[in-house]
Amino acid sequence: MAAILELRAVKAFYGQSEVLHGIDVVVEEAGMTVLLGANGAGKTTTLRAICGMVRSEGEILFSGHRLERCSTQQIAGFGVAHVPEGRGTFIGLTVEENLRIGGYTASGPPNEKMQLMYGYFPILAQRRRQQAGALSGGEQQMLAIARALMMSPRLLVLDEPSFGLAPRVVEAIFAIIERIRREQQVSVLLVEQNASLALEMADRAYLLETGYVVSSGSAKMLADDPQIRRSYLGY
Amino acid sequence: MHQLLQQIFSGLAAGAVYASLALALVMIYRATDLVNFAQGEMAMFSTYIAWTLVNAELPFWAAFVITLAVSFVGGMLIERIVIRPVENAPILTAVVVTIGLLLIFNATAGWIYSYTLQEFPSPFPDRPLFGALMTTRDMGVIAVTLAMLVALFCFFRFTATGLAMRAAAQNPESARLSGINVGRMLALGWGFAAAIGAVAGIMVAPVLFLDPNMMSGVLLYAFTGALLGGITSPFGAVIGGLIVGVTENLVGTYLIASQLKLTVALILIIIVLVFRPNGLFGTAVVRRV
Repeated sequence: MAAILELRAVKAFYGQSEVLHGIDVVVEEAGMTVLLGANGAGKTTTLRAICGMVRSEGEILFSGHRLERCSTQQIAGFGVAHVPEGRGTFIGLTVEENLRIGGYTASGPPNEKMQLMYGYFPILAQRRRQQAGALSGGEQQMLAIARALMMSPRLLVLDEPSFGLAPRVVEAIFAIIERIRREQQVSVLLVEQNASLALEMADRAYLLETGYVVSSGSAKMLADDPQIRRSYLGY
Repeated sequence: MHQLLQQIFSGLAAGAVYASLALALVMIYRATDLVNFAQGEMAMFSTYIAWTLVNAELPFWAAFVITLAVSFVGGMLIERIVIRPVENAPILTAVVVTIGLLLIFNATAGWIYSYTLQEFPSPFPDRPLFGALMTTRDMGVIAVTLAMLVALFCFFRFTATGLAMRAAAQNPESARLSGINVGRMLALGWGFAAAIGAVAGIMVAPVLFLDPNMMSGVLLYAFTGALLGGITSPFGAVIGGLIVGVTENLVGTYLIASQLKLTVALILIIIVLVFRPNGLFGTAVVRRV
């Protein structure tokens, strides 16, 4: 399958200090790739480098564009939708306004897409006039994903969608992500602490440690690796 | 009773001007966490532009519209040229920059137009209305301000750009990730603030007479209004501005000499800061660390 996103020897910096030391990552068209690793391994930094939110070196290729040279808002315009840590919800705006912001750059009538999102997430339709800040954590995560999908993205970047949510809610959200990936043919790049769930869903996986990729391959291969099982899956 | 109502209405007219300028302050504060101390002088300078145009025999309302457009562009330019370079600097740096702007506008106006008082024409005739309860001039000021507020409300509520501006003010990073050009939204915000200030300046100039220091008192009342309403709330700014206008007028009429009216604003600021720091409609800023 063709790669939609390719990182080649990417380094990333916070101020003067280098936190990614030249990593290679490939996300395949309509596939789901997961980045695993402990806290501080550089998972979130990788996502921030892709979206132009930290200074980076190396090549970040996304369907003919060199992302490392572009601004965050240009990258969003190319079709990269990033749900950041903490979900990036506009808490002072209503649910519907949040969705409209997602549709800000996308062409086509926003209402049609909004109806599609309300189909995926019926609870958002019930809450459409409410302030987004009044939603529960799970609902806010759904809103964040729906907002990102309003951009009609080709690549959906999710930073720990399970963070702070009850296991049952997490399962529901992942089921919807999987369904959307199949129905919308959108590629997904996922950072996730819940390694067993992530490896179950993804087709490719990368293991990061202190700014290096230490292991990569099919999700199944990583799930069967005894060392990864011990450190990240706990069995 | 008649006099009381009269004072309330003329207070509302003054309050409408404070409300406009307070709204301009709140817009910039929400977008950049910055109190723009130059807001009053920017408005004064806009008023001089209007005055020049009127003196050039332009019809008043044509001059009004052109001044608003020039102020809008000028506000955007100020953001681009002066404010953006200190965007990531400590807040005090940005505050000092706005104080510098205040001095620059004040001195430039004095240099071009001199410090002598100029008469500024009012677009509204000065006739008593409703059995001398208020004048047509006060009515006109209130009407213009209301029309502007309604237009702004509709813009922010119903247009894509208005929504994008609100989003950019609230969560710039997330707005960027949604493909919004946050820098352009900030510049637009300064443009709007400058144009709103221009309306305030033009409305108040016939009463105060035009001179480079015309807006210093008005800015203080506007600041009080913004604080009273809650510096994060545009609606609060409008209500706060009106309350300050009426309070100032009533206290000046019944309690103290009108030369001491400015003290009312300072006392109100202290009362608000001590008893209700977030104002009437503002929200507490919670920062997670």
